[in-house]
Amino acid sequence: MGFALVAGIGIERATKVFARTTAIKGISLDIKDGEFMVLLGPSGCGKTTLLRCVAGLEHLDDGRITIGDRDVTDLAPRHRGIAMVFQSYAVFPHMTVEDNIGFGLRMHRRPKAEITRRVAEGAELLGLTSLLARYPAQLSGGQRQRVAVARALVMDAPVLLMDEPLSNLDALLRLQARADLKRLHKEVKRTTIYVTHDQVEAMSMGDRIAVMREGSIEQVGAPMEIYDRPASQFVGGFIGSPPMNFLRGSVRAGSFEGDGFAFPISRVPPKVDGRGLLLGVRAEHLRIGDQGVPARISVVEPLGDHALVTALVGKTPIKVQAPIDVRAKPDDDVRLAFDESKARWMDAETGAAL
Amino acid sequence: MNARVLDRTLVYGGAILLAVWVLIPLYLVAISAFTPQARLFDYPKPLVPTTFSTETMQFFLEARGVIPSVINSILVALFTIAFGLALGTPAGYALARFRFRGRQAFQVIVLATKMFPIAILSIPLAVTFLQLGLYDNLIAVALVHTAMALPFIILVTGGVFVAVSHELEEAAQTLGCSRWGAFLRVALPLALPGLAAAAIFTFVISWNEVFAATILTLRTRTLPAQVLAGLGTSPLGFKFAGGLFMAMPAVAFIFLIRRYLMNLWGSR
Ligand SMILES: Nc1ncnc2c1ncn2[C@@H]1O[C@H](COP(=O)(O)OP(=O)(O)OP(=O)(O)O)[C@@H](O)[C@H]1O
Ligand SMILES: [Mg+2]
Repeated sequence: MGFALVAGIGIERATKVFARTTAIKGISLDIKDGEFMVLLGPSGCGKTTLLRCVAGLEHLDDGRITIGDRDVTDLAPRHRGIAMVFQSYAVFPHMTVEDNIGFGLRMHRRPKAEITRRVAEGAELLGLTSLLARYPAQLSGGQRQRVAVARALVMDAPVLLMDEPLSNLDALLRLQARADLKRLHKEVKRTTIYVTHDQVEAMSMGDRIAVMREGSIEQVGAPMEIYDRPASQFVGGFIGSPPMNFLRGSVRAGSFEGDGFAFPISRVPPKVDGRGLLLGVRAEHLRIGDQGVPARISVVEPLGDHALVTALVGKTPIKVQAPIDVRAKPDDDVRLAFDESKARWMDAETGAAL
Repeated sequence: MNARVLDRTLVYGGAILLAVWVLIPLYLVAISAFTPQARLFDYPKPLVPTTFSTETMQFFLEARGVIPSVINSILVALFTIAFGLALGTPAGYALARFRFRGRQAFQVIVLATKMFPIAILSIPLAVTFLQLGLYDNLIAVALVHTAMALPFIILVTGGVFVAVSHELEEAAQTLGCSRWGAFLRVALPLALPGLAAAAIFTFVISWNEVFAATILTLRTRTLPAQVLAGLGTSPLGFKFAGGLFMAMPAVAFIFLIRRYLMNLWGSR
């Protein structure tokens, strides 16, 4: 459609202010050509706003956006070379599935034969071929979602924007659709920005994840990098199920001490003596045994393939992923061992990793 | 009797009551209009007409000025719909979509224009139209009817566009439409049933309006103005026939467009 086929996205110091809130605060982010970038963050952190700015549905108050080698900051959505899947799908209720999918091509005045062919291809790709004559009111939620995706895909726009496209599906359908979208991306290789607040979705789909918080980006990186080395308490607490455990305390002479606990520690970041610290450890890096940090079991939850044990270290509840045959019972006194090389140290005040 | 049955009984009971309330006068006017002149004063009136005659109706339609005034009325109503929707739809759309300064005030002012009775406005209006050379002109009547219908049209179309998700228009924009194109291809078609309803009511407002039409015209009378002008001198049968004739188009129009209102696009 006359757009560059190579299209990375550059966001520079993007700022968007609404009457009462600054929805995004000077965000910079570079997305490579063909990359699948996930925007992840809690509700209200500005994910949708950032996506709408890239789409051209919101006008930036400051900063600029480039797609490929073009500055699109002041361009209307239709001139940006983007296609978008909306959170609500926004499938046109007065058009059949076929007309919905072909709408963008008709607007770009493609020849009839080409429209027919591409609509058929798009419908085939998303398993909609038998539904082409139906109206959206006659479709299930999952089918409507696929229409929305097909409508965006057939545009062949170099950039694909998706705003929580799976959030309205039930759990099973969601699993299926997640795999489908991932396969689709492998096949079509568009530069994609994918918004979600579901960290599992983010981990499984993204080439990279940008974790957002209150209008800023907290950390950008590959899923496992973010999982293993969260840049802040917020990221560690947001990613992973259960979230990362944090113990608040300070280091004195090789011992980590806090509210009701003290245990020796060997790997400590330099020059932290006396400073308020957080020790972050993931549930699966903790083992219940007879060595390590003293703790008292408070809850044991069997979850099929493993058990989730909550233990109190001092007064802090700590989640431990234990084998399903763990013998711990509530009120047992146990010890928790952990691999110090997998632990993260953070500043207690700023939450930033050290 | 459980709550649902009670609910339905109330709803249906209310609906029947309303229908009877509206239908009985219509029915009485109708049978009178089709009763021969001689039997008009029969008492007690038979509920089912025993004699049927188009004599009164014929007399009414052949009376001088009736057919031209019917045509005038239709023209005025169509002009009013055209003017009213052309002005009211954008205003309603703006109310629905944009958060502009003075939005609340605008809404109140739109309604406030309804505070001035047409009886008060009609003399200055007549003078103004005389000065503009618009007196005794169908366009002039249509303009006044437009002014009377506008608040209603603006508020109704505003409500209609609020119900059409803005995201649909945005989706159209990402798919290659301009702002205007998105309105034309998505918002407008989806708003059509609501706009049709607004058009119906505009038609009825204009068709039934008598005061401004009487003051602003002399020879190019609309039907109500024509009937009113002859009211004192015409026989009773003429009045029944006129009444029925004035009620019929509105009823027919609503029947015609009702299907379109109720079940647009299949199973929704
Ligand atoms: N049109 C608007 N007018 C005013 N404030 C807005 C508008 N759109 C968004 N906001 C505000 O901007 C902030 C970010 O909103 P945004 O919709 O981008 O969040 P989000 O991360 O997409 O959340 P969610 O996961 O719930 O969809 C919120 O505080 C929201 O209230
Ligand atoms: Mg959102």
